[in-house]
Amino acid sequence: MDACAHVIDVHGLTKRFGRRTVVDGVSLAVRRGEIYGFLGPNGSGKTTSIRLMCGLLTPDSGRGTCLGFDIMKESAEIKRRVGYMTQKFSFWEDLTVRENLDFTARVFGLPRRRQAVEEAIEGLGLQTRAGQLAGSLSGGWKQRLALAACMLHKPELLLLDEPTAGVDPAARRDFWEELHRLAAKGISVLVSTHYMDEAERCHKLAYIAYGKLLASGTAREIVEGQGLATMAVQGSGLQELHARLLRDARVEQAVMFGSSLHASARDAKALGEAVRGALSSGQTCTPAQTGLEDVFIFMMNASRDSFGVRP
Amino acid sequence: MNGALFSFRRFWAVVVKEFMQLRRDRMTFAMIVAIPLVQTMLFGYAINNDPKHLPTAVVCSDGSPLARSLEASLINSGYFDVAGRMSEAEAARAFKEGRILFSVSIPSDFGRRVLRGERPEVLVEADGTDPTAASGALAALAGIAARAQARDFQGPLAHLAPRPAPYSFAVHRRYNPEGLTRYNIVPGLMGLILTLMTVMMTALAVTRERERGTMENLLASPLTPLEIMAGKILPYVAIGHIQMGIVLAAALFLFRIPFAGDPLVFYASSAVFMAANLTVGVTVSSIARNQLQALQMTIFYFLPNLMLSGFMFPFAGMPDWAQAIGCVLPLTHFNRIVRGVLLKGSGWPELWPELWPIALFAGIVLVLAVASFRRTLD
Repeated sequence: MDACAHVIDVHGLTKRFGRRTVVDGVSLAVRRGEIYGFLGPNGSGKTTSIRLMCGLLTPDSGRGTCLGFDIMKESAEIKRRVGYMTQKFSFWEDLTVRENLDFTARVFGLPRRRQAVEEAIEGLGLQTRAGQLAGSLSGGWKQRLALAACMLHKPELLLLDEPTAGVDPAARRDFWEELHRLAAKGISVLVSTHYMDEAERCHKLAYIAYGKLLASGTAREIVEGQGLATMAVQGSGLQELHARLLRDARVEQAVMFGSSLHASARDAKALGEAVRGALSSGQTCTPAQTGLEDVFIFMMNASRDSFGVRP
Repeated sequence: MNGALFSFRRFWAVVVKEFMQLRRDRMTFAMIVAIPLVQTMLFGYAINNDPKHLPTAVVCSDGSPLARSLEASLINSGYFDVAGRMSEAEAARAFKEGRILFSVSIPSDFGRRVLRGERPEVLVEADGTDPTAASGALAALAGIAARAQARDFQGPLAHLAPRPAPYSFAVHRRYNPEGLTRYNIVPGLMGLILTLMTVMMTALAVTRERERGTMENLLASPLTPLEIMAGKILPYVAIGHIQMGIVLAAALFLFRIPFAGDPLVFYASSAVFMAANLTVGVTVSSIARNQLQALQMTIFYFLPNLMLSGFMFPFAGMPDWAQAIGCVLPLTHFNRIVRGVLLKGSGWPELWPELWPIALFAGIVLVLAVASFRRTLD
């Protein structure tokens, strides 16, 4: 059966709020044990898509299954088997770590509830803070608590909505190591993020902008799919060069990356001429590998133009 | 869908969570006890619909004994505290400054004209900005003229004494022989406090989840809307009962209000009344986006309850359309039930006509509450 291979398999999901179409014909397939990255600018419909998939919202049109259950009709079944971590910390700040976990365990009707809660606390390394109010935890600890709580009922699929926003790099790294451990155990993960390093840790990616799915596949597939060539420029006075390149029609995109400037275009030859012609003394340029970030910025600008949305 | 629509276990999880949060929220916890207690004490002792000792000016240039005895009898009635004699201009200023509520103008040849049998007029001016304050005192005036000066008209002046009416009224105030205001206020406060607290606390409890983003967590869990709603309401039903107990205890032991009726009738009616208020609270919480809006809407619901339920102002005195609004409000009926049970000793047959409108209100608003709660999901 199809559902065995795909934990999420949705087609043409559309959701409108009033006259605004927030999610527009999104199709997505996530395999078992896969970490699927969900990328896109703010307000692109990532959160709404995730809510549609876990049965929190009903789509206006489209169909699909989540863990083999119909997202239109069997949202209760889906909710029981999916771990959903909201973008904003959504546990109770005036309850302690243990009370939050205990409530979640009660709601999911876990057998041997107390034991499950204590195990989760141990797994978190939170034994000393179990009696602390959740509101007094730091961002990183809150995020770990939220993950532990949505893992409590041993879901087969995790839906994580920007789980690492506002979390320090070390905690982020730990978090992603944990995700890979879970994936190795056969748990599937759909995770939305803004971070490129996180995107590169995913098995597969989908890029969504203005409610439309623009690309999906592995990172390499997405990069190759756009057929962009990129030149990297090092040196001084890059700001002026940046301005000059933006006016050149042969350069489709010019982005500053710290100490270097990335110029990209689909026509590699024309790009090379344009960049070399614009260089001043003290600046060197080399052909560079087009990165995910170059591609995402390119797709976002392209989609903005084609949908007539003002930046 | 094979998941049960209502699971007691999940519902109980919400109840336990709610109580844990309440226990942490010391301020709310203190309010649960303080509001009914302080309000009952404050209003029970403070409000008096038959005020006495009202500041009065006497404008009089007549030195006759008759004028003096009129003044004395005004004071003796207990309603008027004569601040002193004033000129007309002084009295007018004192009115404006709010120093006096009454002025009594005795004409300069009062004594002489009384003796001549000319029936002179004594002008009594009252500050009409507060009709309730003046009404009791003005009603007492008739008796003052008739009774208090009987002593003056004896012997040769006997022909001036007013003749008694051929019949008299015997007034008996049933259920409240002394006409004590607190018999009206204290039972009335019960419903008023319950209305405010239950509507507000349920409305805040649900909007708080939305405002803090925790509602999404509840909705994404296996909890059904019914379990969430019921679980959030039950703690406030319990609190409502505690508050009612506090007000009732204060009424019985501090204010010595009689409890003439059946406690079971009282208890059952108040449970229905609380249910009605809780459904309003849930509806408010579904419509309001944040706690501030929830509070504003609570006040919006509370004010007509305060004004039109017959608690503050006599129900019979309102125009038909206002009575119609009043009849919709649960508090109107609950006030009658409380007065009925406590003071009149009424039972089911007398109170049933007041109870079913509350139940009907609760039923209709419940449908509204569930419908609006559902809509918040999408």
